[in-house]
Amino acid sequence: MIPLSWFLYLAAGLFALGLYGVLARKNAIAILMGVELMLNAVNINIVAFWRYLTPQSMSGQVFAVMVFAVAAAEVAVGLALVISIYRRRKTVSADEINLMKW
Amino acid sequence: MTAEQAIFLFISFVILFSGYLMVTRANLVHSALFLVVALFGVAVIFVLLDAGFLAVVQVLVYIGAIAILMIFAVMLTRGNATEEQESVNTGYGWALLLSSLFAFALIVMLGQWQEIDALAPALSAERDTIVELGTALVSPDGYVIPFEVASVMLLAALIGALVVARPQKKGK
Repeated sequence: MIPLSWFLYLAAGLFALGLYGVLARKNAIAILMGVELMLNAVNINIVAFWRYLTPQSMSGQVFAVMVFAVAAAEVAVGLALVISIYRRRKTVSADEINLMKW
Repeated sequence: MTAEQAIFLFISFVILFSGYLMVTRANLVHSALFLVVALFGVAVIFVLLDAGFLAVVQVLVYIGAIAILMIFAVMLTRGNATEEQESVNTGYGWALLLSSLFAFALIVMLGQWQEIDALAPALSAERDTIVELGTALVSPDGYVIPFEVASVMLLAALIGALVVARPQKKGK
């Protein structure tokens, strides 16, 4: 039997890795990949809490499905933006996409 | 140590290690492939949590769609020598500090929580959680409205992505 804490520690580590990826990477696609890691960490937490604390209702799994849908939409729009920016500016480096920077 | 625990430890090592490689490799195709490994590990974690349907959806949606989309985007935006560029920006020290502080704070807070070592209550054998999940998603007492909103959002994202990524017409 695995205690609940193991899943929570794993999710914490995965979230921190994703956070580092989002903050430190230059390439816009790598930033989106970091966001995916963070969403996966949250999903591990949601499903672990469903299994350990409220297995009688299905709310936890329903919310995990919602996270899947949001992640799919986010990636579709995000990558479309990246490709559109690449077409105009010939770069996907987040440092150089600074037209709206104040 | 039971077999479940051994599998969990092995899989979490795989997830964290491939996540680490994902955020540190300069070559984005390698990054995307390590992302696939990490996502597959998360699917195994879902199996360990008795959420088989979510594990299948994880493989289908994340690995089958999202990761492949990432790889396509990497290949489409591969201009002037992506690999020789610095992969991290100048403020990466702050990013490292902030994310390790975040992980440290989370772990400290989790360590102070008393009920954290709870074990999973047994699921009764006659329950079919996949049927229950399907019913909850479409029943009016359950989550039919969030479900419909999510489908409208996916449609909007589809159309939005098409509009944004469409090549510009000449003369505009």
